[in-house]
Amino acid sequence: MTLSINTTYQWLMQLQLFKRDYYHIFKRMIFVVVASMVSIQAHAAADLDVNTPAVAAVKASMQSRHQRLSPHYQSGAVGLTEDGFVAVRDAGLVPLSQRSALAALVKDENADRARLYQGIAAANGHPEWEGEIQRTFAQRWIDRAQSGWPVQRDGQWVRK
Amino acid sequence: MNFAAKPSLQWMNAFALAVATTGLTACVTINIYFPAAAAEKAADKVIDEIWQTPAGQSPASVPGPAPQESDVPAATPAVSPSVNQESAP
Repeated sequence: MTLSINTTYQWLMQLQLFKRDYYHIFKRMIFVVVASMVSIQAHAAADLDVNTPAVAAVKASMQSRHQRLSPHYQSGAVGLTEDGFVAVRDAGLVPLSQRSALAALVKDENADRARLYQGIAAANGHPEWEGEIQRTFAQRWIDRAQSGWPVQRDGQWVRK
Repeated sequence: MNFAAKPSLQWMNAFALAVATTGLTACVTINIYFPAAAAEKAADKVIDEIWQTPAGQSPASVPGPAPQESDVPAATPAVSPSVNQESAP
């Protein structure tokens, strides 16, 4: 017991000496840590970056695809899911001959959406934000959908 | 004992160090919070670009023909009557 107190005391004494000798280094380290935290905080408060080359490429691809997807949203064949993707809601609304093309369109769109969420998270230095970004987008796609488009709410398809 | 008086000072230092460490950790924790408002703004910007909707105009405010269609009974079954069935989940 005495030995352990003694050891602790010695350790603290060494710490004290270390602190005395390296006080100025400590001070500088603390300054750097605080300064970097302030800059990170400022960065976090600013807008998210959505203009990296990878994200821009995905956006352009989705933009051109939207012209082909839009009629299907309007007819109700394709809808916006709760998790930020699109899905074929009623393939019966599309002629049989076009169904495989529609499935491919939806598949490509979802691949691009996954790349978009991942790309924005990576562009802002936080790959772990992908899920949160996806949830944010899921909400905003549905909020901004045109009236009549199928959207998923609580697992059910509704027309907006 | 010789060191009986000193430990109180040492413990105070150790305590101060612990408080400082906790404080710094707390600051770092705050910094990794997800910026929800910025993300929403970014999402709106991206959606505007992809859907080509003019900024500031919500596409939902444009009245679509779908709500009117659902009021019309099966008198004109020419267009696509199956669309109306899904409106009531």
